Amino acid sequence: MTLDATDRALINRLQEGLPLTSAPFEGIAAEMGITVDDLLARLERMKASGAITRFGPFFDAAAMGGAFCLCAMAVPEAEFDRVTEQVNAFPQVAHNYQRTHRLNMWFVLATETPEGIAEAADAIEAETGIAVLRFPKLQEFFIGFRVAA
Amino acid sequence: MSVTDRDIVSALQAGLPLVAEPYAAVAADLGLPEDALLTRLEEMQARGVIRRIAVAPNHFRLGMVANGMTVWDVEDARVAELGTRVGALPFVTHSYERPRALPDWPYNLFAMVHGTTRDEVEAKRGQIAEILGTASRASDVLYSTRILKKTGLRLRRKGPTCSD
Repeated sequence: MTLDATDRALINRLQEGLPLTSAPFEGIAAEMGITVDDLLARLERMKASGAITRFGPFFDAAAMGGAFCLCAMAVPEAEFDRVTEQVNAFPQVAHNYQRTHRLNMWFVLATETPEGIAEAADAIEAETGIAVLRFPKLQEFFIGFRVAA
Repeated sequence: MSVTDRDIVSALQAGLPLVAEPYAAVAADLGLPEDALLTRLEEMQARGVIRRIAVAPNHFRLGMVANGMTVWDVEDARVAELGTRVGALPFVTHSYERPRALPDWPYNLFAMVHGTTRDEVEAKRGQIAEILGTASRASDVLYSTRILKKTGLRLRRKGPTCSD
């Protein structure tokens, strides 16, 4: 599907965040000169087509006593699909990307306790037979996450 | 009548329903009045449990097909100062100091850069290299070639151990 200018403006606007009010789309729809129904239909369409992966609250596992950790594995090409299936089956794996490097699988673990990171990483190692390198954040320099659509 | 943060996270982790009054719908599922849910969510936002309520776009589908994780081996003594400057660049979407994993992985500064082409990402990487100068002893860029999974935080279904 192709996105029109309004779709793109909507994505840009909604990356900024939504107010915590009973009818949170009203103000944004008015701002953009569209109806709430049109706005919701556009979101529905973009979600269905995959232009939007998720819409809603972003939770911080650390603030709930949990933890995040970036991990990487060097997966042999021939085993890549099998390992992907095994890794993705862990609910603690929040996202997972294939990347251009000998370390070709990079995923983020999000767990409810700090100990959960080591448990999950160890379990993934045991199941796949491949070492899981762990790169927990030591310092965060920016948390923008926004891109221009 | 004891709805925990965990219950609220569970109800919302797949996302907000796309209806005009989404919190009323979620509150009904939780058996809470809508204003009580909104108050709880405000508290959770104030405590940092909720970072913000927003859309997560799929960079690939938006034409940002080049997603480069640039990585740098920066002197430890200077990583805070330089990381802050790199993180302030408008095209860097996130930037972290992480531990090295020697000998495989000498890099301790990570900066994510998105672009419509790899050339664009390379040009931006060049701007980061200028800031780091000789404090960066080595660098690399890892392009993502496939999203294998993207779900966000999911709580496991288990007993009521982790309430607020």
